[in-house]
Amino acid sequence: MTTRNETLCDSVADLVGRTPLVRMPALEREFGGRVELHAKLEFMNPGGSVKDRPGLQMLRDALADGRLRAGKRIIDATSGNTGVAYSLFGAALGYPVTLVMPANVSPARKAITEAYGTEIVYSSEMEGSDGAIRLVRQLVAEDPERWFYPDQYSNPSNPLAHYLSTGPELLEALGDKLTHFVAGIGTSGTIMGTARRLKEHRRAIHVCAIEPEDALHGLEGLKHMASSIVPAIYHPAELDEVMPMPTEEGWDVAERFHAEEGIFIGHSGGAAIAGALRLARRLPAGERACMVALIPDRGERYLPLLGLEKRDVW
Amino acid sequence: MATVRISTPLRKLTNGQEEVKAEGATIGAVLADLEKNFPGIKERLCDESGQVRRFVNIFANEEDIRFLANLDTPVKDSDEISIVPAIAGGAG
Repeated sequence: MTTRNETLCDSVADLVGRTPLVRMPALEREFGGRVELHAKLEFMNPGGSVKDRPGLQMLRDALADGRLRAGKRIIDATSGNTGVAYSLFGAALGYPVTLVMPANVSPARKAITEAYGTEIVYSSEMEGSDGAIRLVRQLVAEDPERWFYPDQYSNPSNPLAHYLSTGPELLEALGDKLTHFVAGIGTSGTIMGTARRLKEHRRAIHVCAIEPEDALHGLEGLKHMASSIVPAIYHPAELDEVMPMPTEEGWDVAERFHAEEGIFIGHSGGAAIAGALRLARRLPAGERACMVALIPDRGERYLPLLGLEKRDVW
Repeated sequence: MATVRISTPLRKLTNGQEEVKAEGATIGAVLADLEKNFPGIKERLCDESGQVRRFVNIFANEEDIRFLANLDTPVKDSDEISIVPAIAGGAG
């Protein structure tokens, strides 16, 4: 497999995907050589997160069928990684972007998206991300011709991005060795699309989704399905397992990963690795395994959130 | 009694109320009073040793209690206390 760094690229869009897998030698030690643990480093995408894959796919598919065309503005409600992806591909493809975010979102997020020329519309700080979604729907309803609204929770291009890229990359790198794949559920696009491709493989691969154990949690980007609006693209019957993860365990494993493997990842990546460790510990005695945990982004993106930022978005 | 603002994920414990009243001279006492009226809430906010969970932020009049006196932070009747998860937004 060639990595993207060896390629001469024509635009930022060509930098998306083909992210590296890195072994976790320190974390593997407890399994005495029976278990290979790999981290899929999605922060190596140009926008710094896994969301570059669905962001680009949603825009390209909309360009192909005319939902996105000259004169349209891209609009969505997101203060997180998807907003960064829209902003950078909007800039690169020549389409202006508007993001609706609650008024009290962190200054760092405003600065990152505005750097790409993105316009920010603020919704009520008291209504959190649901308030932002309601405002986007209202703006789109008032002037439907003006906007292209990808709606990542319902857009089939979101899981398709992973069916076409993440899944094949894992099979190309590990092939028949791969026994387990673990990733968190946010929109569910990553786990659904990757699972669909892995389930086509000739050998069974156990696909495990990680969700926060409780509605009140600190695993940013992940969704507690029982207390959330369930995304239209989420079909849990296609997964082998949905594992509830306590916030503390995800944070602890993320911190262990920083300290022992030397890579500073976000908490949702820590939760995925924590899930892989649980799967490895429950393997029947003597059974071998090769697992991949997907790491959505870097820890730097959350630095203002480590107890230093006041009144963040609910 | 102080006013306590409750974030969305905790509202099922407060019967959907966004704001509740609670008694106590310190944040710790306010949390104990909340537990009396809304059983189960303290366990969500505090770990086994009684400390506020790392992913929960409690603000007394917009100041993070970690930078004040933590659970010993004094509370006046006119104070507004907010309980907020330490994450922004929903799934990005």
